[in-house]
This record gives sequence, C-alpha cells and structure tokens, in this order.
Amino acid sequence: MSELLTQTAIVATVAAALRLAMPLLLAGLGEMYGQRSGVLNLGVEGVMLLGGFFAYWTALELENAWLGLLVGLIVGLIMGFLNGVISVTLKANQGISGIGVFLFGLGLSDLLFQKIVGTPRLIDPLAKVEIPLLKSIPVIGEAVFTQRSIVYLAFLLVPLSMWILNKTTFGLNIRAVGENPAAADSLGVSVARTRYMTLMIGGLLAGGAGAGIVLTTGTFQQNFTAGRGFIAIALVYFGAWRPIGVMLGALLFGFVEALVTQLKTLELIPVSSQDLANMAPALITVLALVVVSQRFKPPAALTRPFSRGG
Amino acid sequence: MTSRTLSSSRLQRLLIPVTAVVGALAVGAIMLLALGANPIEGYWAMLEGAFGSTNALIETALKATPLLLVGVGITIAFRANVINIGGEGQIISGAIFSTGAILLLPDTSGFILVPVVILAGLLGGAVWGAIPGALKAYFGVSEILSTIMLNLVAAQVMNFLLRGPFRDPNANELGAIPQTERLSEGADLPILVGSRLHSGPLIAVVMAVLAYILLWRTTAGYRLRAVGLNPDASRYGGIPVKRSIVLALTFSGALAGLAGALLVFGSESHRFVTDGSAGGFTGSAGFNGIVTALFGALHPLWTIPSSFLFGGLLVGANSLQRAVQVPQALIVALNGLVVIFVVSSDWLRQRLGLAEDAHQAEGDSNSDGDETQP
Repeated sequence: MSELLTQTAIVATVAAALRLAMPLLLAGLGEMYGQRSGVLNLGVEGVMLLGGFFAYWTALELENAWLGLLVGLIVGLIMGFLNGVISVTLKANQGISGIGVFLFGLGLSDLLFQKIVGTPRLIDPLAKVEIPLLKSIPVIGEAVFTQRSIVYLAFLLVPLSMWILNKTTFGLNIRAVGENPAAADSLGVSVARTRYMTLMIGGLLAGGAGAGIVLTTGTFQQNFTAGRGFIAIALVYFGAWRPIGVMLGALLFGFVEALVTQLKTLELIPVSSQDLANMAPALITVLALVVVSQRFKPPAALTRPFSRGG
Repeated sequence: MTSRTLSSSRLQRLLIPVTAVVGALAVGAIMLLALGANPIEGYWAMLEGAFGSTNALIETALKATPLLLVGVGITIAFRANVINIGGEGQIISGAIFSTGAILLLPDTSGFILVPVVILAGLLGGAVWGAIPGALKAYFGVSEILSTIMLNLVAAQVMNFLLRGPFRDPNANELGAIPQTERLSEGADLPILVGSRLHSGPLIAVVMAVLAYILLWRTTAGYRLRAVGLNPDASRYGGIPVKRSIVLALTFSGALAGLAGALLVFGSESHRFVTDGSAGGFTGSAGFNGIVTALFGALHPLWTIPSSFLFGGLLVGANSLQRAVQVPQALIVALNGLVVIFVVSSDWLRQRLGLAEDAHQAEGDSNSDGDETQP
C-alpha cells in the first residue's frame, strides 16, 4: 500500500477527487434548491447529458470552451423551465416524470451526437488556473489550487447557496414553500413562481454539471454521466438538504472514485475485482440513505404539487 | 357507479395514453424534419419493420416480453403506491440467479432446467426488489433513490461475474466480450413456432393474467391496493402496511427478474452477455417498462397490448434507421416524451373526471393518480 502514500499519488488522488466532485456538487446544489421548495427533480441525469452534448458541440464548432459552458448552462435553464411546466403547472407525478426527462435526454443527446458529430473528436478543455501563492503550499497547493476554472466555480457556489437560502427573502420563500406551501401562499408568496425559479436554477446547474464533465475530459460519449445525475439527487438527501452537506457528500464521492481509480492505476486492486470496486459509490449511497433517513426529514411538501384549497 | 360514468372513465383512461403517444410521435416527426428526414417515410418504415411480416411480428413479440413483465411489475408496485425504478437492476439480478443456477447444475438434469431458469429468475428479481422494499418499510428510505442505486450496483456485479466467475472458459483474451459460454441446451426456452419464437412471450402473458388475479382476486392484492389508496385507513383496518410494501416490491422485482432470465435463455446466442453497461444487457427494458406500464393505464391486462406496441417501436427503430438514417436513439427520446406526456396529463384526466362526474374521483379510477409519495 506504500505506493499509495507517495507524494505524487496523494496529489493525483486529491486533485482527481476535487475534479470528480465538481459535477456532483453542481448538480447536487441545483437539485437541492428544487427539493427545498418541494419538488423532486429526477431528470437531472437527462439534463446533464443534454447540457453536456450542447456544450461539447459548441466547444467543438466554435473552438471555445467558455462558449460551450455558456450553451450548456442555457440548455439546462431551458430544461429547468420545461420541468417547471411538467412538475408545477401540470402537476405530474414527480417520481416518474423525471425518468421521462432522463430517457428524453439520454436518447436526444445520443441521437444528436451520432447524427451531427459522428466520430468522437477531442475538444480543448477549460484551462487550468493556478492560484498564485496558494499553489505553492506543499502537497495541498498542487492538488487543490491547480484545477480547471469550473472546479473553483462549483465550490464557490457553496457559500453563495448558504447565503441565498438562509439570508435572503428568496431563500426564505423557498424554504416556506417547501415546508408549508399553503401558509406561504396565504402570506402572498407565489408557490408556483418560487418553484419555477428553483427548478430553473436546478436545470442551469445540471446543464453546467454535464458541461463541466465534457469540458474537463475533453470528450463526449453516449451516456457519459453514467449515473452521476442520480447520485447527485441522492447526495441532497445525504447532505440533509444543506449546501455544506451536499458539498461533503460530493467530496466523499469524488474521493472514493479517485481512490478507486488510483488503486487501479497502481494495480493494487486485481483487474478481476475492479468492477466490484466500481460499485462503491452506489453502495455507500444506499447505506448513507439508511442512516440519514433516521435523522433528517425531507422538506414536508417534497413531491406534493400545490393547488390552492386542495 | 352508473354504467355511463364507468364507460366514460374507461374511455378517458385509454384516450390520454393514446394522445400522449400521438403527441410524442408528432414531436418525433418534427425532430425527423429538423434532421432532414422525411417523417412519413420514416414512420412507415418503422410500422412495416415492426408489424409488416410474420418475422417482424415475432421479433416484436420477443422484444415486448421483458417490457410486459417489467411493466406488470411496475403496475403492482404502483398500485401499492410504491415507485419501482429498479427494473434494470432486478432484470440483471434475475439473469444472474438463473445463469448461476444453470452453470451449477449438470447439463444432464433434463426437463427440470427450464423450470429452474424461471424460478431462479423470479427469485433473483424478488431479492433485488425486497431490499428496497424493506429499506422503505422499516428504515424510511425513499424507494425511488434506493432502486436507482441498486441498478448501478447490479450492473457492476454483472460486469464482475461476466468478466470473472461466469466468464466463457473458452474465451482466450481478458479483453474479450463479457459473456458466458453457450449455456446448457436443456435450458433453452422451448420453441413454439419456427426457429425464433420461444415460449417467453407466452410466459409473460400468463404472468400478466396472474398479476391481474393477484391484484383483484386475492386478499394480498386487495391489501396492496388498499395500502396504495390510503395507508392510514389500511393501518386502522388492520392491514400490515409495511409488509404489504415489501411484498409489492418483491412481486414487482420478481417479474423483472423473470424478464432477465428469459432474456438470457431466450436469446439467440443463449449466453448472458453485456457490453459493460446495464443497458447493454437489458436493452433498457427496466426503464422502457415504465413507459409500457403507463401506456397500459397501470392495469396488468392492458399492459399486454401496450408492451406489444412499444416492442414494435423498438423493433421498428431498426427499419427507421435504415430508411431515413436517423439513429435508433430517437426511440429512447420518444419513450421519454411518452412518459412525460402521460404523467403530465394525469392532472388533466382528474380535471375532466371531476367536471363530468363528481363521483368519479372515488374508486380505482384515481388510484393511479398523483398522490404517490416516495
């Protein structure tokens, strides 16, 4: 095991952990807004795939990763709005409509990729940004402060989300609508508008998460999210519906994934058991759900569409 | 209920899913146009490819089989107010159990092999359904999340087995396709007609009828539906709510598991094979079964024609691709739209129902409504 404790291995693992945590953090924070307002959005994976495809395609055609990110975010925002139509206006069953969004995103992203791009080509990823001074801290500096720009942005959203949820009127409205929509409504808070807003934030960030993956790996392949969108949803439960909790969850998953990769690279896990190691994130999620559901309760109105007087 | 409201509710039940499919196909037509393909030509090729010949009908029936089993399973769960999104994992688990059983048994075991396949498939799926059922009933874990996570776990177990213990001993390289050897011939599903049509579709239809009997003619089924309609009232009425939830997911998983067994032992290669992803083995039947169940108005018997239609869509997708060069992924996207349209129009249905007849909200016409909580 000593190979794992060399400085290079540690730096590589920690750096990879942060990079792998980024999409989970973005999508998880986005999902958190929706759930705090009482809407379970199961379609995250589909939105990530669509955002990722359009980000990839834009970056490929215009040779600009930032424009790719922008387009990924916009696609996510549009999907968030449509999700509002489905979940808020049409009051669809949230346990199922999201699977429809997932299938739609899975199919459409694959279809467009095959039809428009065809063979996979590499794109220039978002640039790495080295933070001056901080990057010269031994070991940690190299691992933490030489990431691609979107990784820093994802982590900056954590304090921002804490502020929005806990210190602003908008955040108060979100929490009120998620816990007691009827009371919020009687105080003049528009339940529908608040939920549309949170779903659009969720879509925006899910699109960004998908874009983040393709713009850091530089490639697109069918179903490249491989269940990360679903894990992000579970992270919100895991993180007890709080930004810090979602971040810790994302870090844990990023770390587990990075560690498994590192162990494979160093050939510390036999090839035959690699598939078993790959199931660690999903298994941890199930166990975490058991523990968390004993201690924390979801927002009271989660999955309940709101009708006045109903 | 008068016969008038009964028939109008029947009509509405069917009208909305049909409208949803037509709507999805209309969106699909726009997508085809946008991709520079002629939608009429494309859809015509699809129809022909799915239903245009005896061979096409046989392929459609075979494709419909896992959709029907998963769809009926989802219907049972849904009737008990439980959402089973774990079809993929349960299919895989059923395939693992049945393949494992056949690999363990000597080839000479003769006529017991096919029943073993079926029972092991049911058992494998039942286990993979009972776990999220117990987690929901006794630990309050949302079954939506746990079933999705168990899909991911099952896929990795499958990969592990097909690259390790279950691997074809005759394959030379490590990099070979993850698959078993050609499994024992005694376990091949009996052929009904010609060379391809095996008894899988028949087994699935029998299961759908049994599920109908379970839900509407047995005490256990009555309890499941009662729990689905009103868990609190059921508890007061002395129904073991928790056990009913576990039971619903166990039945639901068992049917998906059977689908997995039939996929392996009814396949042309008679191997358990994947490309390293869950969908590589299941063909995403675990998700497409949701579409089938919704289109079948969450009724086991209506799910039979529904699965045939969606099986046809999947088979026809091949012809669509050949005719207008649009990838089959279009069908995945359209299935997604059908799900979205069906669940989005639930509200409309209840609206219509209320406007027409206030009594209609009671009874089972709203049991598939949107009161489901995870």
